[in-house]
Amino acid sequence: MSAPLDAALRAELEDLYARYADVLDDGPLSDWPGLFTDPCLYLVLPRDNHDRGLPLAIMRCESRGMLADRVTATRETIMHEPRYLRHQITNVRGGIDDNRSLSVTANYSVMEVLYDELPRVLSVGRYLDVVERGDDDVLRFREKRVVYDSVLVPNTVVYPL
Amino acid sequence: MPDTERFWPQGDVTRIPYWVYTDPEVFAREIERIFMGDGWAYVGLEAELPNAGDYKVTRIGDKSVVIARDEHGELHGFLNRCAHRGVKVCRQPFGNTRFFVCPYHHWSYDAEGRLKGVPFVNGVKGLGGMPDDFRREDHALPRLSITSRAGVVFATFGEAPPLADYLGDSNLHYFDRVFDGRALRVLGYSRQLIPGNWKLMFENIKDPYHASLLHVFLVTFGLFRADQRSNVKMDPSGAHALLISRRGVQRSSEHTRDMSNLKEDFTLADARLLDPVKEFSDDATVVMQTIWPNLIVQQQSNTLALRQIQPRHPGAFELHWTFFGYEDDDDAMQTRRLRQANLMSAAGLVSGDDSEVIKLAQDGISSDPGSSGVLLMGGRDTEDVDHMVTEAAVRAFYRHYRQVMAL
Repeated sequence: MSAPLDAALRAELEDLYARYADVLDDGPLSDWPGLFTDPCLYLVLPRDNHDRGLPLAIMRCESRGMLADRVTATRETIMHEPRYLRHQITNVRGGIDDNRSLSVTANYSVMEVLYDELPRVLSVGRYLDVVERGDDDVLRFREKRVVYDSVLVPNTVVYPL
Repeated sequence: MPDTERFWPQGDVTRIPYWVYTDPEVFAREIERIFMGDGWAYVGLEAELPNAGDYKVTRIGDKSVVIARDEHGELHGFLNRCAHRGVKVCRQPFGNTRFFVCPYHHWSYDAEGRLKGVPFVNGVKGLGGMPDDFRREDHALPRLSITSRAGVVFATFGEAPPLADYLGDSNLHYFDRVFDGRALRVLGYSRQLIPGNWKLMFENIKDPYHASLLHVFLVTFGLFRADQRSNVKMDPSGAHALLISRRGVQRSSEHTRDMSNLKEDFTLADARLLDPVKEFSDDATVVMQTIWPNLIVQQQSNTLALRQIQPRHPGAFELHWTFFGYEDDDDAMQTRRLRQANLMSAAGLVSGDDSEVIKLAQDGISSDPGSSGVLLMGGRDTEDVDHMVTEAAVRAFYRHYRQVMAL
């Protein structure tokens, strides 16, 4: 049974999610792994897989190293059209599990803009997260499950969600 | 547009006119002759519907179809379209039922698509009802023939030869290599709507030439490279093909000069992402198989997946991925497959290159259907070869395509 969040903790979480969105939308992408603990678990799961207990994720990282490899590949090896992304993260809610960790759920949507096209919804869904306070007093994601409702992906998910 | 206006340059398959990717009439003919015709279309795995009454909904071409297991364990397939007013009978992607009931007027069908119930067929209080000559058996849903091999299920609206004959010797050999009779375990799905013509996906997997150039990640980690021992094999018709290769190492050679994107300095921060182990008896580490009209069987290291191609219109198709392993995989093997899946899927470090480049191809082609593409790499023929620097399998595909389409 988790305890409710107080106003200060809520504000701290809002800051964490705002920073998460900024790093993915405006960069630097190399700061993204630092928002996670090491080891960690980052999964991007189609909702039907999640609901049916199927483990296949379209992105799976189990450490800051794997997150960093995803960043390097996104920047240097994946051929993709240039695009802008914009995260909207809302309805951040959750509870305190123990003196170090919180279970947090948030809704998200990501708009994608290709240079020659109108904006579109790239992905919409939920974050099912475990957030942990480190020895440096900073909150980081120990687990982040990105469960996307938009199971038919418009072409390619290039950047992390 | 009459066929005389559809000019095929050079008269052979070294040129592909761009109207095959854009013309709605060509697309309609593809649905009729290729997807509703005499080929075995992939529809699913037996592991997805293990019990009596289980069903799944999928697509052949742009048609929604239901695959259902009856109470005796037999698989059946039928068009997902009520015989009454054309409503989709089945709305859930998976489920279990004895009867499929249309939501509109509650006409009900059994697992074979036979019409079993029509409410108020005799009217109400002597009023209304169907005419006396109405026969339920005249209104069954159009049926598919079904075949299954080692748990992989195919269906056809037409007349197809036994699957083994359909695939031909070399394609059957490599199909049986992955589907060796062991029970399969579905790991999950990934779906993407790719804004390009469906044939571009087949061409991509039949074209080893691009893999050494476009796929920097594959090249960098030696997973698929032009200087490795490789084979391209087709069935006699040219409909199906195999690209077979063996993993190398991350290093430059005299042949990597043309691979301008080789990143010798990119080493993984966490090597567990790519920790392949040998699991088949031969030395091939990559086998990409394309099976007419709608299936790609992918074995890249330890990621096994079926990619089903579902055309929506000339300019878009759904790519529906089913990732799988074997029931006897241990936890380490399953985790390895899940990690390597980072390379594939709608967010694949490798397959992402392909979905992006297919969009760019369609973007380029669409404005100029009278122009054509060039397929001369490796010569003009359609024979098997033991290297990767060829487009022979794409030419073979179009040789067969022109025959089936009468174009």
